Amino acid sequence: MKLTLHVWRQAGPDVSGGFERHETTANPHMSFLEMLDVVNESLIEAGKAPIAFEHDCREGICGSCGMVVNGSPHGPKRGVTVCQLHMRSFRDGDEIWIEPWRAGAFPVIKDLVVDRSPLDRIIASGGYVSVRTGSAPDANAIPIAKDDADLAMDAAACIGCGACVAACPNASAMLFTAAKVAHLGLVPQGQAERYERVRAMVAQMDVEGFGYCTNHGACEAACPKQIPIDFIARLNRDFLKAAFATG
Amino acid sequence: MELHGNVPSGPIETLWDKHRFEMKLVNPANKRKYDIIVVGSGLAGASASATMAELGYNVHCFCFQDSPRRAHSIAAQGGINAAKNYQNDGDSVFRLFYDTVKGGDFRSREANVYRLAQVSANIIDQCAAQGVPFAREYGGLLANRSFGGAQVSRTFYARGQTGQQLLLGAYQALSRQIHAGKVRMYPRTEMLDLIVIDGRARGIVVRDLVSGRITSHVGDAVVLGSGGYTNVFYLSTNAKGCNVTATWRAHKRGAFFANPCFTQIHPTCIPQSGEYQSKLTLMSESLRNDGRIWVPVKPGDTRAPGDIPAAERDYYLERLYPSFGNLVPRDVASRRAKQMVDEGHGVGPERNGVYLDFRDAIKRLGRDTIADRYGNLFDMYAQITGEDPYATPMRIYPAPHYAMGGLWVDYNLMSNLPGLFVIGEANFSDHGANRLGASALMQGLADGYFVLPYTIGNYLARHPRDNVDEGHAVCRDVEREVTERITRLLNVQGSRSVDAFHRELGHLMWEHCGMARNREGLTGLLERIPTLREEFWRDVRVLGNGDDLNQALEKAGRVADFFEFAELLARDALHRDESCGGHFREEHQTAEGEAQRDDEHFSYVAGWEYTGVGETPRLHKEPLDFEYVHLAQRSYK
Repeated sequence: MKLTLHVWRQAGPDVSGGFERHETTANPHMSFLEMLDVVNESLIEAGKAPIAFEHDCREGICGSCGMVVNGSPHGPKRGVTVCQLHMRSFRDGDEIWIEPWRAGAFPVIKDLVVDRSPLDRIIASGGYVSVRTGSAPDANAIPIAKDDADLAMDAAACIGCGACVAACPNASAMLFTAAKVAHLGLVPQGQAERYERVRAMVAQMDVEGFGYCTNHGACEAACPKQIPIDFIARLNRDFLKAAFATG
Repeated sequence: MELHGNVPSGPIETLWDKHRFEMKLVNPANKRKYDIIVVGSGLAGASASATMAELGYNVHCFCFQDSPRRAHSIAAQGGINAAKNYQNDGDSVFRLFYDTVKGGDFRSREANVYRLAQVSANIIDQCAAQGVPFAREYGGLLANRSFGGAQVSRTFYARGQTGQQLLLGAYQALSRQIHAGKVRMYPRTEMLDLIVIDGRARGIVVRDLVSGRITSHVGDAVVLGSGGYTNVFYLSTNAKGCNVTATWRAHKRGAFFANPCFTQIHPTCIPQSGEYQSKLTLMSESLRNDGRIWVPVKPGDTRAPGDIPAAERDYYLERLYPSFGNLVPRDVASRRAKQMVDEGHGVGPERNGVYLDFRDAIKRLGRDTIADRYGNLFDMYAQITGEDPYATPMRIYPAPHYAMGGLWVDYNLMSNLPGLFVIGEANFSDHGANRLGASALMQGLADGYFVLPYTIGNYLARHPRDNVDEGHAVCRDVEREVTERITRLLNVQGSRSVDAFHRELGHLMWEHCGMARNREGLTGLLERIPTLREEFWRDVRVLGNGDDLNQALEKAGRVADFFEFAELLARDALHRDESCGGHFREEHQTAEGEAQRDDEHFSYVAGWEYTGVGETPRLHKEPLDFEYVHLAQRSYK
């Protein structure tokens, strides 16, 4: 299949970027990133700088990859990362526009690579259970209802790719933050720090310059792990309770 | 020189307790005077960093990814073993120890494996306390499943994302220490060399992957948790960034590399679909719990799987190994799949796979139960192949997956180079010649949470803090060597891309040093690697420069190291004139085609000392004694 690509090229955070046009051919069995590998090989052959993009596991779990494809984070298919998007989702002759995540909190480092370290700092502000190594009781000492454990797992499935931020018109990191708040809030081990956690994580989200959530729901649609916005409602509930919990 | 594992003496079940008592302690006020450098933030690196920071040490943790949460441990699917015996099915520390030594085909160190089995139960407790959402039964207690090489159900899991959940647990513990200021994290920073001062590992030279800056970091000990080297095969289940650089550079500075030929080929991966393919995707071994593996009886049968009646299907693992059936260890399952494909029974458009069929399981348990157990794996398979595994059997084929070999370490997880500790997949110690499923997560976390934090204290207590810092002349020298190498790569200005060379090397390694090896193939391989390596240094094309984000340059450095390492791997495979576990020498097999060990001559760990690029490395042996698990031909029939 023949394709026309318009790829965002930007040398660094302080210079402006623009789209670069490439003609390429692809095979329907290729992944989207393998299609870009082929483009890069031809760029190298022509003596031109290859397109910088982030990727690692190429099986949809590490969260490294991410680019906006034709206006959608991770491309047109729901519930997959761009490394698992296959070219059979496109048609011969398609034009494809490829851009980095667009959010003030995620400055472009180069081409399609952005700085997502704000997400790490949100976790560091409170996204954990404070349990020292060696101080744990027997794992079966605290039973957890299967439904709660399953729901916690739904939230914990977040891969931290940042697609929710890229999809949100406010560039909010609410779904990312809510997923961790909900995961730990749903298990008994997370209760002791539940309200302090939500307060700290929301505060850090603000410090990082993410926007506020106005319930557009674009994050849920873009999430490659299909994490539902119900978790945002849980975060809001906990956040409100936190105001009363310890004053 | 005979290598000594520094295993304490006494009955095996008392060793770790006794050793913990005998080791020196660092008093709490002194711990904060020590700086520890950790390379890698996977299960081993993150858990070690978090735990050592909790103890009070200053930890400096480095990873090449943009975040510590991206380490490749995240991709482990199936589960983690622990001798909890929650199923009351006869499991025990001794049984897990026994299964692991036997599964490793008697090429691991008994004392290390016993300790691993002992601390396995603590790992599950620790992770549950962190809030890891393990799978649970309706009563609220933890669920288990079975894995290859065991007849008890001891594998804990979180859907098909166990590695992700365990890594996030460790990452969160690490993040807590970053927040507390006890760990300084350096993401997008790659270790390119080791600093050895007065015979002790004292630091590393790194490249900031965004600015290109080369700097030294000095501390009181260096810990490598940098993973395995399976990408030497180019196509593997490893993440694209996984590499041998950290361990190889340490090897070049004096650390012995042990058993590099022990590589694991995972039996259940999606077969290759074309030449452009960049990696292979694993389908968790847990699928073998419910899936049945078969091929058409008639070679070259092109009928759709649904049209092949039961009588014309060969469920070959069930036929050959009635007691373990589809749950034989990975090396056995892989070799049999290769045999079926080589004999013309392969299925799929390229005739390069075997079927993994869920029809009977769906009939027995219902589609919902299967979806609950393996839903995300089925989705992944459908996404990659365009086929629906609920309706038609999966096609699978073995692929390079894990490195049992790694840097040599003693019982304290310290290499022969004082002050250099090696944990997780990067070391060689616990899996022998074949790793059992769900044991990698167990070993990474055992090393990081429960072993290294004790043993490193014993080392530090004997080495009071001195005033060596980044201004030391050795740091300057190593920085200069690193910079010169980068310049050299950029100056070649040849005609072929890094990937083109990597692909060619990987193909050679897979052909001659993959699932089956023989003297002739290995000898030829040892002639071709140096030639290709010279061609790489003459003709590679790396564009751009060294002072900004340059992914091709990063890859070039890693592939250059793979070229040197590949030769050692092939040499080790040639020297080990026996078959054991994942190392299958065609010359040594039983009448039934099973691996034939030569315990009389090869019951040792091969620790290789570096003597120069292209030079014959020096072999040091650590003899292996089997006092508790008696040497026997493995049988899974």
